[in-house]
Amino acid sequence: MNYVALRMLMGDRAKYLGLIFAIAFSTFLLENQSSIFVGIMNRTGSQIADVADADVWVMDPGTEYFEETKALKDTDLYRVRGVPGIDYAVPLFKTNAVFRTAAGNFSSAVTLGLDDSTLVGVPRKMLLGSWERLREPGAIVIDRAGYDRLYTGEPLRLDRLLEVNDRQVHIVGISDAAAPFASFPIIHTRYSEARLFVGPQRSQLSFVLVRPAAGVTPDEMVRRIEAQTGLRARTSGQFRWDCVWYYMGHTGIPINFGITIAIALIVGLVVAGQTFYLFTVENLKQFGALKAIGVTNRRLIGMILLQALTVGFIGYALGTSIAAVFFEITASEIATRGIVLLWQNVVGVGVLMFSVVIFASLLSIRRVLVLEPAAVFRG
Amino acid sequence: MSTPSSATTPAAAVLCRGIEKDFGDGEARVRVLRGVDFAARAGEITFLMGPSGCGKTTLISVIAGLLDPSAGAVELFGQDVNLLPPSERVLFRRRNLGFVFQQYNLLTSLTAAENAAVPLLAAGMKRPEAVDRAKALLVKLGLGNRLDSLPSKLSGGQQQRVALARALVHEPRLVICDEPTAALDHATGESVMELLAGSAIHPERAVVVVTHDSRVLRFAHAVAHMDDGLITDSARQTLST
Ligand SMILES: Nc1ncnc2c1ncn2[C@@H]1O[C@H](COP(=O)(O)OP(=O)(O)OP(=O)(O)O)[C@@H](O)[C@H]1O
Ligand SMILES: [Mg+2]
Repeated sequence: MNYVALRMLMGDRAKYLGLIFAIAFSTFLLENQSSIFVGIMNRTGSQIADVADADVWVMDPGTEYFEETKALKDTDLYRVRGVPGIDYAVPLFKTNAVFRTAAGNFSSAVTLGLDDSTLVGVPRKMLLGSWERLREPGAIVIDRAGYDRLYTGEPLRLDRLLEVNDRQVHIVGISDAAAPFASFPIIHTRYSEARLFVGPQRSQLSFVLVRPAAGVTPDEMVRRIEAQTGLRARTSGQFRWDCVWYYMGHTGIPINFGITIAIALIVGLVVAGQTFYLFTVENLKQFGALKAIGVTNRRLIGMILLQALTVGFIGYALGTSIAAVFFEITASEIATRGIVLLWQNVVGVGVLMFSVVIFASLLSIRRVLVLEPAAVFRG
Repeated sequence: MSTPSSATTPAAAVLCRGIEKDFGDGEARVRVLRGVDFAARAGEITFLMGPSGCGKTTLISVIAGLLDPSAGAVELFGQDVNLLPPSERVLFRRRNLGFVFQQYNLLTSLTAAENAAVPLLAAGMKRPEAVDRAKALLVKLGLGNRLDSLPSKLSGGQQQRVALARALVHEPRLVICDEPTAALDHATGESVMELLAGSAIHPERAVVVVTHDSRVLRFAHAVAHMDDGLITDSARQTLST
C-alpha cells in the first residue's frame, strides 16, 4: 500500500509540486535567515574571540559591550595585577581612529592598542607580513576587508603609508581578523602608538586582558577579580554573549529577523498544511473506497504519513541544497565572510519542518479516520 | 417461473434477521430499515430492487459491516459479523467481500491493473504478483489492451469493468454491487451485467446487486423487493440462458 500512497501523492502533479515548493521555500528561508542572524550576532563579539591569549576581560562596570567602552583608570591595571592567581594581566586600548591613504581615501577603523611588551591580543591569522614587526615605530596591522576598503581593487602590499591624526604609519601586516559588526577596518598596533592616533584623553585603558595561572579556572578568576577590585570581569565566552544580548535588546535586528522567520514558518505551515489537507479532502472518496475494501485505519494513517513525510523530505532536501549553494557563494564574499550555513540551523529547521509536516498530516488523518466507509456508496 | 423462498434458508450465505436502522437522534430520528429479513445464497446473484430512498444502500452497508444495525443480526457464512471486534471486522471484510460502486471509485493515479490489484496489495501481496493476477482477470473481462491506462483514459463501461475486477481479484465469498449499471448507457450496462454474471458466479460466492434497472432482471437467480424499509416480496427465478 506504500506504493499506492506514493502514486496517489504524485498523481496530483500540481499539488505535489506545490507542496514540495512550499516546504523547500520555507526551509530555505528559515535556514538562510537563521544562519545570517546567527552570523551577524556572532560578529558583535568577534573581536573578543579573536583574542586567543586572554581568558578574562576586565572592564569598567559601566561597559556593557565591546563597541562602547568606559575607560578604566591606569591604576586599575595594577589593582587587577594584585589579584592572586593571575598569570598575566595586560592593557588593551580600543578606540576609533580615522585613517587616510595617500590617494585620499579614508575610513574610520576599530583600532586596538596592544600591550607594548607582550603584544597580547595580536591577530594570529596573518595573510601577509608578520605581527612581530608591530614593534617597529609607526607600525600597524590592518585586516583584509579594511585594506580592501581603503585600497579598493588593489593587490595586497606591505609598507604602504597611512595617515592618522597627522602622523604617518605604515602597514606591516595584513590580518584575517574576524568580520566586525559594523564593517570598519580592524587595525592592530601597540598601546603606545594607539594613544597617538587619537587626541589627548584622560585615560586610554579600555580593557585589562587576563590569563589566569595554571589551575585557576576563568570563572574562578572572574570571581576573584570582581571581589577584590569591584571592576566588571567576564570570561571571553560571557563577554561575547553580553555583546549578543546587548544587540538583541538594543537594536531592531532580532525583530527584523524574527518577522522573516515567522513569515517563513507561517508560509510553510499554512501553504503546505493547506495544500496537503486539500489533497486529502479531494481524495476522500478514494480513501473511503480503500476503507470499504478493508484497509485498516492504521494502514491509512501510515499511508498519509508516508505521503506527508515524502513531500516533507524532498522539499527539505531541496531547500537545504539551495541554502547550501547560497552560502557557498556568499562565504567567499568579503562582506559576508564568516556567515555560513550552520549545521545546528539545518538540524533545527529539519526538526521544525518535520513538525510542520506532521501537523499538516494530522488534520488529514483526522478527516480520513472519521470518514464513514458507508459514504462510498453515495454519489 | 418464480417460487417463494424463505428468508431463513440454512444454506444462505447472507442472512439478515429483523434488521432495523435508525439515523439521527431524538426529534430528527428516522427509521430507514424497519425489520428487514433478507437472504442470499452462494452460487447465485440476488437482486435487491425498490424505489429510491427505500433503504437499499443502507441495507447493503449493514450487510457489508460498514454500518452497524440498530437492531437485528447479520450472518455471513454462519458468522455474526456484529459480534466481531471492529479490527477483525475490517479484516473479515478485506478477505471475504468485494464491492462494485455506482461511481466506480477507482484510484485516479493508479493504472487499471494497479487499481484491480488493490485488494491483494491491501492483504500484503507483493506488487508484481498482485498486478499480474489483476492483469489476468482484466484480460478475461476484455480489458487486455487497457491494462496500463489511467481511469481518466477509460470509458465508464471500462472503468466499471476495472471495478468489477477489483471486486473479484481476491476471490471474495460475497460481492456487493450498488447500482453497477446506473451510470452507464443501456447497452454498456447490459454488457457489464453480463460480465458480472459470467465472472462472479461461483458455487461458494454470493452476489448481491442493488439495481433500479428492470432490464437486467434476467441475470438474477433471486429478486427481493424493498419498500419503505421493509422487504415486501422475495422471489426465485430460473434463469433462461
Ligand atoms: N447517514 C444518513 N443519515 C441520515 N439519513 C440517511 C443516512 N443515510 C441514508 N439516509 C436516509 O435513509 C433513506 C434510505 O437511504 P438509502 O440510500 O438506503 O436509499 P436507497 O434505497 O439506496 O435509495 P437510492 O435508490 O436513491 O439509492 C433515505 O431517506 C436517506 O435520506
Ligand atoms: Mg442507494
